[in-house]
Amino acid sequence: MSATGRHEKATMTDLLGTSSTPSPPGTPGAAPRQRDPAAGPADLILQMKGIGKTFPGVKALADVDLDVRRGEIHAVCGENGAGKSTLMKVLSGVYPVGDYEGDILFEGRPMAFRSIRDSEAEGIVIIHQELALVPYLSIAENIFLGNEHASRGVVNWSETTRHAVALLAQVGLAENPATRVADIGVGKQQLVEIAKALSKEVKLLILDEPTAALNDDDSRKLLDLLAELRSRGITCIMISHKLNEITRVADSLTVVRDGRTIESMDVVDGAISEERIIRAMVGRDLDSRFPEREPDIGDVVLEVRDWTVHHPIDQQRKVVDGASFTVRRGEVVGIAGLMGAGRTELAMSVFGRSYGRDASGTVWKDGREIRTRTVSEAIEAGLAYVTEDRKHFGLHLQESIAKNVSLTSLAKVSSHGVVNSSEESVVAERFRREMGIKAPTVASLAGKLSGGNQQKVVLSKWIFSDPDVLILDEPTRGIDVGAKYEIYTVINALAAQGKAVVIISSELPELLGMCDRIYTLAEGRITGEVPRAEATQEVLMRHMTRTRS
Amino acid sequence: MSLTVDKQVDPADRPQSTGELVRELFRSNIRQYGMLVALGVIVVLFQVLSHGILLKPLNVTNLIQQNSYILILAIGMVIVIINGHIDLSVGSLAGFVGAAGAVLMVDHSVPWPLAVVLSLLIGAAAGAFQGFWIAYIGIPSFIVTLAGMLLFRGGTQILLKSQSKAPFPTGFQKISSGFLPEVGPSTNYHNITLLLGLLAAGSALFFEVRRRRMERRYGFPSLPTAFFAAKCALIVLVTAVFTLLLASYRGAPVVLLILGVLLLVYGFVMRTTVIGRHVYAIGGNKAAAQLSGVKNNRVTFLVFVNMGLLSALAGLVFAARLNAGTPNAGINFELEAIAAAFIGGASASGGVGTVFGAIIGGVVLGVLNNGMSLVGIGTDYQQVIKGLVLLAAVGFDVYNKKKNGA
Repeated sequence: MSATGRHEKATMTDLLGTSSTPSPPGTPGAAPRQRDPAAGPADLILQMKGIGKTFPGVKALADVDLDVRRGEIHAVCGENGAGKSTLMKVLSGVYPVGDYEGDILFEGRPMAFRSIRDSEAEGIVIIHQELALVPYLSIAENIFLGNEHASRGVVNWSETTRHAVALLAQVGLAENPATRVADIGVGKQQLVEIAKALSKEVKLLILDEPTAALNDDDSRKLLDLLAELRSRGITCIMISHKLNEITRVADSLTVVRDGRTIESMDVVDGAISEERIIRAMVGRDLDSRFPEREPDIGDVVLEVRDWTVHHPIDQQRKVVDGASFTVRRGEVVGIAGLMGAGRTELAMSVFGRSYGRDASGTVWKDGREIRTRTVSEAIEAGLAYVTEDRKHFGLHLQESIAKNVSLTSLAKVSSHGVVNSSEESVVAERFRREMGIKAPTVASLAGKLSGGNQQKVVLSKWIFSDPDVLILDEPTRGIDVGAKYEIYTVINALAAQGKAVVIISSELPELLGMCDRIYTLAEGRITGEVPRAEATQEVLMRHMTRTRS
Repeated sequence: MSLTVDKQVDPADRPQSTGELVRELFRSNIRQYGMLVALGVIVVLFQVLSHGILLKPLNVTNLIQQNSYILILAIGMVIVIINGHIDLSVGSLAGFVGAAGAVLMVDHSVPWPLAVVLSLLIGAAAGAFQGFWIAYIGIPSFIVTLAGMLLFRGGTQILLKSQSKAPFPTGFQKISSGFLPEVGPSTNYHNITLLLGLLAAGSALFFEVRRRRMERRYGFPSLPTAFFAAKCALIVLVTAVFTLLLASYRGAPVVLLILGVLLLVYGFVMRTTVIGRHVYAIGGNKAAAQLSGVKNNRVTFLVFVNMGLLSALAGLVFAARLNAGTPNAGINFELEAIAAAFIGGASASGGVGTVFGAIIGGVVLGVLNNGMSLVGIGTDYQQVIKGLVLLAAVGFDVYNKKKNGA
């Protein structure tokens, strides 16, 4: 902890000092309070048994059991990629019957949903994290979209308005139903989604990270509303990262990890501590091997001080809030955070203000303040950002490997604005061999490569720009174990050359295996800085879930 | 740099047999080859149907002069389309610049070379005007250039007071209707044209050989020797026939030389310059280009300035051919230019296309027009057929992409 000393050192050491001995991965700690068997199956509104779901090459769900009692708020939690959202998509019919294994019993009857319409007909409604509202239609039109009060195709507006007003009253939203959805805040939009669900005679409401985009005040109102719906007999399943919310509002809880149910427990005031939940959440299987590295760490290369960025549309919201971090020469630094913590937003806004608006704070390199207001300035200053979304932000898929590799550094293979394509091919060919890009030649189209090889092309592009600092955003997402190992080897080689590397990752084992130091991010704030020696999944998760309450 | 990871290359990644290699090469270039084959079929078809009139020297010369302005527009248009935009204003702008040229030369007796330069500047300025709204303000190009289409059409009518303005100085007329001068001993053929033809065939072969050498050096897939020889022979044959046709009449038209220069310059710019690469990168993946440090706004702006410049050139060529500035000059030119670019293999979503392809697309349309007129098909049916050709060409492309999973 010899870094700048600007961080919350005291609190952190405190936390680390008091941390309980971590239990080995996979073993639950003290036995949770088991369900009262007397409650009986009649009480269960939903039973999901042995749910499995495989995507090409990935097993997203292996074996999940989920029992939800009638009239309760049931929280589902787990790390990024644990399989929560996939599970809810199975339940709501997004993945039709036959696409998954296992059984779904709803109100005691087996279900075979072929689409969302089928599940909605039974009264199961899902509200996705990304709200599915049409911004330029009115509140009333959105509520009844696909479900219009109409006869022979002609909408009955007075009935629509009357019904909308009644529904809005139920969710406590005092807005004119003729208002456009684009003109109300995210919190109110969330309420419109719930009103829409109520209009469908919902029995089981599924909310995916309902408070992720809301401020504290709106979050509290939303949770209160869920409690009120519960009192009216509506059952809720809530996916959430925010443990304080879960302990406040949920009746019971299921933890999912690596596509399996780890445990279910009742949440009784005080009986379940956040600590307890964290222990169940972490401990994912270490399915990756990591190459050895002898760290040779030098001076601070990059320092970001007090970085704050606002949401591009919801300008009041701080997506990154006063974040500060440093990276040293030859060091690999990790940034851990749950979905929506602001990791990508932090990196992209530092890299040429590519995200958000009203960014403030300073960026220092080798002890001097630098300007990174545009991407070209950032590149010139020696920064590189390898995006998490290769297809949308990283590659021109219909162009050759060679042209993708040279794009950021065309000046190096050209003179007077004319590209020397044979020099370009030599460079690309060198990267193809050294990085082990599996393609016949560098003239092959980037779009034809596998995920791992595409990632190697993106990495080559940025290594060719010869940066001092590389920010790698989810460098191994969606690529197979063998390719992961190769990418890790490349990262280590870069660090050995004296580059400073920042890895943003959802996979805690990856951060633990690769990084010398790990920052945790929650709600846009740096909540911890953990050196390798002290880092465990539990310690990280505790910092990652430290939200304001 | 010493990043050694894994040097093995899966042998399965390398195509094995010659047949497979040729098939793979053909598949990856199916659009270019397909369009050339289609052009060949159309030429032969109308040559037969028109009882040999299509390839008469006089008709070939006419074909070039009639289509030159569309081809000039197609070069600019394909760049706009690769960049991920569209320009509907080029026809109106061509008309407007023609009218401006007429006002300068006919009303104010400005010397024609100066008038040409001024007219080109007007075109570039008009392109900059539209490019500003598109690149820096972020208004969709469809809207901006639709507005430009109305604006410049109206401007044309205002400038000309809805009447034609003529005649132009003969020097100016030569831009479109003139032929290259003749020198040297009297043969039955036009000497300069023969020399140019020789030069064209020679340089085409030179570039083919150079490219092949590079393909070989880096182990890129390249044609087997027999196919390569056949390709070269075909290039020589087509160039020779084309040259002899022109040389046996009055030689190469001036406008063909202009087109040749444009093709070389813009082909080079798009293929091997940094800005050309940036145009492709922006059209292919705007966000990736931005995150790679490409100055998206500036490049897009310049693309529209260039389109304005080429629209002006097309307008001048058309005015010179008519020997008048007319209020209706350039109507529907934009549609022909856009069709040429798409028939020539440009992708509607941007990022894909070539200048050479757009020229071929334009020639396909030109031969169709000319051939159908020779055979006596009315303009009503001509439009129907051209519409179907455009739909088929792009449909074929989309189908192929889906099949290859790209």
